[in-house]
Amino acid sequence: MDSETKRAIIMENYMHPTNRKRMEEEEYLKVNTNNASCIDNIDIYIKFKDNIIEDITFEGEACAISISATSIMINNLIGKTKEEALKYIANFYNMTNNEEYNEDLLKEGVVYSDIYKQGNRKTCATLPFRGLEKAILESLK
Amino acid sequence: MNRADFPLLKQDIIYLDNGATSLKPKCVIDKMNDYYANYSANAHRGDYDLSFKVDQEYEQTRELVKEFINAKCLEEIVFTSGTTESLNMIINGFFGNLLEAGDEVLITTSEHASNVLPWFRLVKKLGIKVNYIPLDSNYYVTMENVKKSITDKTKVISLAGITNVIGDIRPIKEITKYAHDHNIFVVIDGAQMVPHVKTDVTDLDIDFLAFSGHKMCGPTGVGVLYGKKELLEHLEPINLGGGMNESFDSPDTVYLKPLPTRLEAGTPNIAGVIGLGEAIRYLNKIGFENIVKEEHNLRKYLIDKLLPLKHIDIINIESDSGIVAFNVNNIFSQDVAYYLNKYNICVRAGNHCAKILKSSVGVTNTVRVSLYFYNTYEEIDNLVELLSDYDKIVREMI
Repeated sequence: MDSETKRAIIMENYMHPTNRKRMEEEEYLKVNTNNASCIDNIDIYIKFKDNIIEDITFEGEACAISISATSIMINNLIGKTKEEALKYIANFYNMTNNEEYNEDLLKEGVVYSDIYKQGNRKTCATLPFRGLEKAILESLK
Repeated sequence: MNRADFPLLKQDIIYLDNGATSLKPKCVIDKMNDYYANYSANAHRGDYDLSFKVDQEYEQTRELVKEFINAKCLEEIVFTSGTTESLNMIINGFFGNLLEAGDEVLITTSEHASNVLPWFRLVKKLGIKVNYIPLDSNYYVTMENVKKSITDKTKVISLAGITNVIGDIRPIKEITKYAHDHNIFVVIDGAQMVPHVKTDVTDLDIDFLAFSGHKMCGPTGVGVLYGKKELLEHLEPINLGGGMNESFDSPDTVYLKPLPTRLEAGTPNIAGVIGLGEAIRYLNKIGFENIVKEEHNLRKYLIDKLLPLKHIDIINIESDSGIVAFNVNNIFSQDVAYYLNKYNICVRAGNHCAKILKSSVGVTNTVRVSLYFYNTYEEIDNLVELLSDYDKIVREMI
C-alpha cells in the first residue's frame, strides 16, 4: 500500500469514524483507554455475545491517529471471536514495534506500518487496541 | 536576546514550551558540573574544606533567593523539590493543622493541579470547602469577584500569580490587602510568575509563595517555599529525618532545628540549589525589566500575526504574560502540535494540568505557545507561516 493510500484511509476514518457513539445499554461493557503522556482519552463500548464481539462503539477526545485507529479497529474486529481479536491485536503491536507481523491479517490496519518511526505517535495508534485487549482479557477471567 | 547563552539553541529547534520548562544557560550547567566534578561533598558537614564550600554555595543561594523575592530574612526561604512540593507542604503542613470543618478555601477553575488536589484532600480529610472565584469574560480574576466570593467562613485564598493556560497576572497586592483585612491567608503559586515578572513578597504581602527553579533557567528538581517567618514557625515538617533534628532520645524528647533547616530533612538537592543560585545571578544580570519588555513585545507580535488568521481561535487575546493558547478550527490540538514538531517547533497541546478550566472556557484542550526572553521574532514568523496554511496543516498533521 502506498503512502498516499494509507493517508487517505487514515483521514477517511478520522473524518468519518465508524460507530462513534456512546452506548449506555447494559449489555455493553465500557472501558476507558488513555495515554499518560498525551491527551488522548476515549471510552470504548463492547458487546460480547458468548465468544463473539458483536458490537464496538466509542466516544471521546483524541488525535487523528487515535480516532482513525479506533475506527479501523471497529471495522476489522466486529464479528470476530475473542481469540481472533487478540491475535489481531498482537499482530498490530508487532507492527508498531517494527517486529514481524501478518500483513494479510491486519488488512487496512497496515496503514500504520510506519508509525514505529514516530515514537510519540505509536501510543496513539495502539490506544484503542489496549482498551479492547483489556476488556477481552477481563471477560475471559 | 541572549541566545548564545543557551547550548540547546545551537540545534535547529524553535522552543516555545517555556511554560513547561525553560532552557538552561551554560553558566547554570557549568555551575552544577563544577559542584559534581570538584566539590561534591554533603552539606551541613562543615568539618572539612570541601564540605565548607558546599555550605557556602548552598547558603549563598538562600541569600540570592531572599534578595530575589525581597523576603525579610533567610529563615523564610526553604528549598524544596519544586512548586508542587512547596504547595503540598504549605497546604498539608500548615493549613492541614489549622483549618476545621466548614472553613472555606477560595481558588479558581484555572489553577494547576498542584493548587487543587492538595486542597481536595483537605476537603475529604477535614471537611473544609473549596469554592471558586468566578472568572470574567477574559478568564481574569477581578477584585469584584474576589470580594463577592468571600464569606465569613473564608480562611484562605490560594491562586496562581500567573496562570499557566491563560497567562493573566492576578491582582495579588489588592487581594492580599483585602484578604488580610478579613483575616484570610493568601497562598500564591508562583511557578509561572516568578520567572516572568519581578515578585516582591514584602510589597505584595504574600503569606506563602511556591515556585520552581526549572522554569526560570535553573535546574529541575529544585524549588522554593517562601513563608512569612511567623507562619512558617507553625508549618509542621512532613519529612522527618537527618539534618532537621537537634536531638532525640525517645518519642517524647525530639527537638527540631530552627527554620529553615527543620523543613529540609535529608540530603538536599545540593547541585540543584547551587544551580538555582546561578540562574538567579543570570536573570539578575539580564534584568527583569528587560525580560518583561521582551516577552511583552514578542507576545504582541505573535497575537497581531495570528489575529488575521480566520481558522485560528485564540483563547486569550488579552493577557499580560508570554502565554498564548489557541486552537485551529476542527483540528485536535495534539495534531497541531505534531504538525509543528515536523518543523522542529516545540509547543504544548493539552489541558496543561488545569483540568477543571474546561468548565469555564468550554474548551478541553488547546495548543499553548509560551514565550521567554530568548525567543525571537523570526521564530514567531516561522510558527505563523506554518499555521497560516490550513490545508497544509490538515495534509501534514498525520
